[in-house]
Amino acid sequence: MDLVNLGIKSIFIENMVFAYFLGMCSFLAVSKKVSTAFGLGLAVVFVLGMTVPMNWLLNEFILKEGALSWLGGDMATMDLSFLRFIMFIAIIAAMVQLVEMTIEKFSPSLYGSLGIFLPLIAVNCAILGSSLFMAQRDYTLGEATVFGFSSGFGFFLAIIALAAIREKLRYSNVPDGLKGLGITMFITGLMGIAFMSFMGISI
Amino acid sequence: MSTETLEAPVVKKKEALLSKRRKKFVTDPLNDDNPVTVQVLGICSALAVTTQMKPTFIMAVSVIFVLIASNLTISLMRNLVPGRIRIIVQLAVVATLVTLVSEVLKAYSYDMYKTLSVFIGLIITNCIVMGRLEAFALGNKPYDSVLDGLGSGLGYSWIILAVAFFREILGSGKVFGYALFDEMGIDFTTNGLMVTPVGAFIVLGFIIWVQRTKTGYVEH
Repeated sequence: MDLVNLGIKSIFIENMVFAYFLGMCSFLAVSKKVSTAFGLGLAVVFVLGMTVPMNWLLNEFILKEGALSWLGGDMATMDLSFLRFIMFIAIIAAMVQLVEMTIEKFSPSLYGSLGIFLPLIAVNCAILGSSLFMAQRDYTLGEATVFGFSSGFGFFLAIIALAAIREKLRYSNVPDGLKGLGITMFITGLMGIAFMSFMGISI
Repeated sequence: MSTETLEAPVVKKKEALLSKRRKKFVTDPLNDDNPVTVQVLGICSALAVTTQMKPTFIMAVSVIFVLIASNLTISLMRNLVPGRIRIIVQLAVVATLVTLVSEVLKAYSYDMYKTLSVFIGLIITNCIVMGRLEAFALGNKPYDSVLDGLGSGLGYSWIILAVAFFREILGSGKVFGYALFDEMGIDFTTNGLMVTPVGAFIVLGFIIWVQRTKTGYVEH
């Protein structure tokens, strides 16, 4: 039940985009059409679901203070947490590469639609951000997996909703200076208000 | 992106330390080619840390440092790094610099380190840094790259400081943590919306609107 709660919380209440502004760059850049937004969203869910548990293992057994105790001796008191950034980003870059190669091998059609987004994802702040939150909040492996997937799903929902609104927006008469980024900011703000209404819900 | 097209024209004579061309590296990103409002880069952190001006200032200084140092490093290595692995090399350089910033903050200003939490780490994936490395440092000389980093960093900084100014003064009636309205004896009703994420989107939306109306830039 706690896991379900955590899932709901990270999809709606602590949505990556509306509550933490993570992944904004690709959120704004790739939300002009629903079909491309769908591709990027799927890729993010996929990569987040894989990298957060991977980074959890890395953090738990190598980086955390006292994590190296399985090596025994002097290693037991080692604290390598300052290496977190560089190790997490390395894992993410490697995982993205791996996912890209696997998809290319087994499902060329999926690769066709996701392919161009995968390299972009390595530098998507939502991915690194989730791993850092995971490390900060001391999740268990189960929680980390659920957190990874549902954060990705929250991003997926947000980007598709924004893309759908922006497709309709093309037929509206927006002031020149506000076209593009400006009006998108306001829309995202309004969507944020809608998501704020989920606050305080727990199951 | 091919690096040849971005190579600066070869200058035969020794160029002045701050020639016209070089001044443009610093001044362009401040307004006409602003990384946040025109190029749409680095929005995540521009919004996340801007509830108050103090953490925003720390963030701005950190980003300027990382931008300059990483631009310099990559520019020095530009002829040694094979094209295929350049992304991972860039990530490694940036991650090292960010770790440095994070450890310094942790040692000298633990409160700020706690306030900024994961967002210091997220400078690694700040698109401005990667964007400048890809588009400029890989094809230009070290000194020019440093100036370019400084320009982009300042362009980013003034936008986030502006957002933070409005959010702090409207959201909690303070400027840099100084209770302005209380001191002046004015009864000021704060707007709670400005402290929430929503306020950030709306303030940035207005800044973009004003700036684009002034520069006449229209996105299609």
